Amino acid sequence: MMPASPATAAPTASSKSRIIGLAALLLAVCALPFMVSNYHTFQLTLVLVYAIALLGLNILTGYNGQISLGHGAFYAIGAYVAAILMDKFGVPYWLTVPVAGVVCLATGFLFGLPALRLEGLYLALATFALGVSMPQLLKDKHLEQWTGGVQGIVIIKPDPPFGLPINPDQWLYYFTLAILLLMFLLGWNLLRGRVGRSLIAIRDQPVAAEAMGVNSALYKSLAFGVSAMYTGVAGALGAIAVQFVAPDSFGIFLSITFLVGIVIGGLASIPGAIYGAIFIQFVPNIADEISKAAPWAIYGVFMIGFMYVMPVGVAGAIRIGWARFRRKAGGSGHHPG
Amino acid sequence: MAALLEVSNLHAAYGPTRVLHGIDFSLEEGSITALLGANGAGKTTTLRALCAMVQTSGEISFGGARIEAKATEDIVRLGIAHVPDGRGTFVNLSTEENLRLGAYVRKDKRAVEQDFERIYAYFPRLKERRHQQAGTLSGGEQQMLAVSRALMLRPRLLLLDEPSFGLAPLIVREIFDIMRAINQSEKVSILLVEQNAAMALDLADHAYLIETGRVVLSGSADEIKQNDAVRRSYLGY
Amino acid sequence: MDAFLNQVFAGLATGGIYASVALALVMIYQATHLVNFAQGELAMFSTYIAWTLIDAGMPYWAAFFLTVVIAFVLGVLIERIIVRPVERAPVLSVVVVFIGLLVIFNSLAGWIYSYTIKVFPSPFPKEPVHIGSHFFSAHQIGAVGVTLVVLGLLYAFFRYTPLGLAMRAAAQNPDSSRLVGIRVGWMLALGWGLASAIGAVAGMMVAPVVYLDPNMMAGILLYAFAAALVGGVDSPGGAVLGGFLVGVLENLLGAYVIGNELKLAFALVLIVGVLVVRPSGLFGKVHVTRV
Repeated sequence: MMPASPATAAPTASSKSRIIGLAALLLAVCALPFMVSNYHTFQLTLVLVYAIALLGLNILTGYNGQISLGHGAFYAIGAYVAAILMDKFGVPYWLTVPVAGVVCLATGFLFGLPALRLEGLYLALATFALGVSMPQLLKDKHLEQWTGGVQGIVIIKPDPPFGLPINPDQWLYYFTLAILLLMFLLGWNLLRGRVGRSLIAIRDQPVAAEAMGVNSALYKSLAFGVSAMYTGVAGALGAIAVQFVAPDSFGIFLSITFLVGIVIGGLASIPGAIYGAIFIQFVPNIADEISKAAPWAIYGVFMIGFMYVMPVGVAGAIRIGWARFRRKAGGSGHHPG
Repeated sequence: MAALLEVSNLHAAYGPTRVLHGIDFSLEEGSITALLGANGAGKTTTLRALCAMVQTSGEISFGGARIEAKATEDIVRLGIAHVPDGRGTFVNLSTEENLRLGAYVRKDKRAVEQDFERIYAYFPRLKERRHQQAGTLSGGEQQMLAVSRALMLRPRLLLLDEPSFGLAPLIVREIFDIMRAINQSEKVSILLVEQNAAMALDLADHAYLIETGRVVLSGSADEIKQNDAVRRSYLGY
Repeated sequence: MDAFLNQVFAGLATGGIYASVALALVMIYQATHLVNFAQGELAMFSTYIAWTLIDAGMPYWAAFFLTVVIAFVLGVLIERIIVRPVERAPVLSVVVVFIGLLVIFNSLAGWIYSYTIKVFPSPFPKEPVHIGSHFFSAHQIGAVGVTLVVLGLLYAFFRYTPLGLAMRAAAQNPDSSRLVGIRVGWMLALGWGLASAIGAVAGMMVAPVVYLDPNMMAGILLYAFAAALVGGVDSPGGAVLGGFLVGVLENLLGAYVIGNELKLAFALVLIVGVLVVRPSGLFGKVHVTRV
């Protein structure tokens, strides 16, 4: 259903210019915290966090075609793992991130096993159930001594290490950015190769993929696990950035926001995760500026408007626009498809 | 007699893939005209183009009025019934409901009720199966149902897409005999698309041969039958 | 035993609401293979319209029927104006449009009517009804009755009218439908209208129980979604049975097993369990994929 083009082999000239472009972009991204206020730096950190979560959901939904309406639950697990480890066990914040990732990898994989029997809407319902149950589970009395019940857990903001001359907000931004780069590199490696092709094959031609020897059961649960891992890592980072976890911040609305993010950013697209993250972080603010009375109505209008203008998401629109531009700019470098 | 259907310079495309490259043909009122050609020649696309089911350009007139800009639903209302490729059965509805849908646009409700009996007289097997889910009918019965559904419109023109496809010769013969009867007794004009050229030429008055989206030969059925190239390539003798 | 029967009956009453909303979901699903996430909010918004009419002094039943008509028109308009342009977009893009509609209606209701809860009247007497040795709330019995009437009318409409037949045909096989002259686009809009009208009835029946506020349908939509899937998402009858089943299950679980806090989660987990065993729902068709 989606035109997925996993990093087609580009000619060397354009790949060189692409590297230069990426380096310039990275430099700009690194300079950002020095150009904006601490609050904006915090918001940008959240964009990075969401981008990691969206990449995770995109692996599952965009690349593998399994719809999840419950990824907020994995985000919540990641956040709580980080918060509990820091608050109850004094684990350093940076160590909680990989632990959260591993816990979510395992949870996601296990959840993916029964979910294998479910397709399309039924999977959507199962994941929906997960997303709805999560806040209620977190509030449960038996877990209260760990989770802090409805009150949640407050975390202390980490200071920059090695006496770096930056403030904690800036440090968290760079910390998150580093993990984002790592996760994106990992994802890019994973998705452009054999695994990515298998995931897409399962999405588009499930029967044929199986006939070609793709172990679809394994790949599907693996996709679930890896996807949950990304989202869990994001959850941990998010908890550290926000310095607070509470059950009601991880309701079903968060899961739906993630889904909106990947569709608007662009399904089966790695940069799409970033566009989507920008959308879900900033558009509600813009909506709030436009109308204090009914900000969500404005947000809804934005959602629908984006889908009218870019039915295949921002990444898809850029891809189409770029192809058109190249065709117009004289056919020498013309690559069909 | 005037031409009921007149097609000129008809082009059609599925997205970027062009299938018809300027087809011209016409069909006399009351006649049976066949479009012949190999697989992929554009026969089915021609029928779909007449009903605005593909992107087209060119002129199509029916009964003297231009119809190429009309929507499928409105073309039906002019009295063109289409038995599509693959039969288009409503598989979850009963046989009777399928037939009733054929008469959906008709206003003469009483005549519609009588037409059920007319159809059942042609195809008694459908009467036996009228309460059965249409998807459970055999291939031949579904083809009969498709033709009957089209006839429930009381069409002026019947478009038949490969009625012989996938059916046993005996059933094909039965259907073709009924087509002839309907053409003669009810004056329904028929545009027939067939790969089975021999059977089509036996039934038709007039035929066009289509190759890769163009008309390459036309004439009366007898003339076409005598053509050497047709005999070699399509009739096999 | 008395208490148990009362719980079952209360379950049937809410089950009827779930059944109605589930049916609305199934109607749009059958035609488009999409779940309309905005269905619940549409019902909520319609209920507010009814509240406005009643508040302005209109007699209950007049407001009731007028609301149904308004909801119908609203549904048709939404389909024609908002959903139509994304008809050919990828599935998930359409889902995002539905989510957009959801937040818009929720937000509009909060903006126009505020988020404080409102009391919504019931057309049925306040005194409990006496059946044998049991007492039942008149509103519950009335709500079940209204639900059954709506379902009966719908059944008759789809089964016995040419328009109902055309709608079923259009949902099933749009290409063939066009070839017999059915205006498929309008059938879809009509389906939206009907779904919206059914939702309005469900909203007006549930509002006296849960009170009227912009978030009142969120949980109901969820149960309805579950009901539709348990019953088999392509089977209207199944959706209705699924609705009653989920309603009773939810009520009994809440009363006897786990308390009200966790009943939503538990009910959903149970439903997912059922679906793992029977992936097409209890009454759905098993799909055989052609290779």
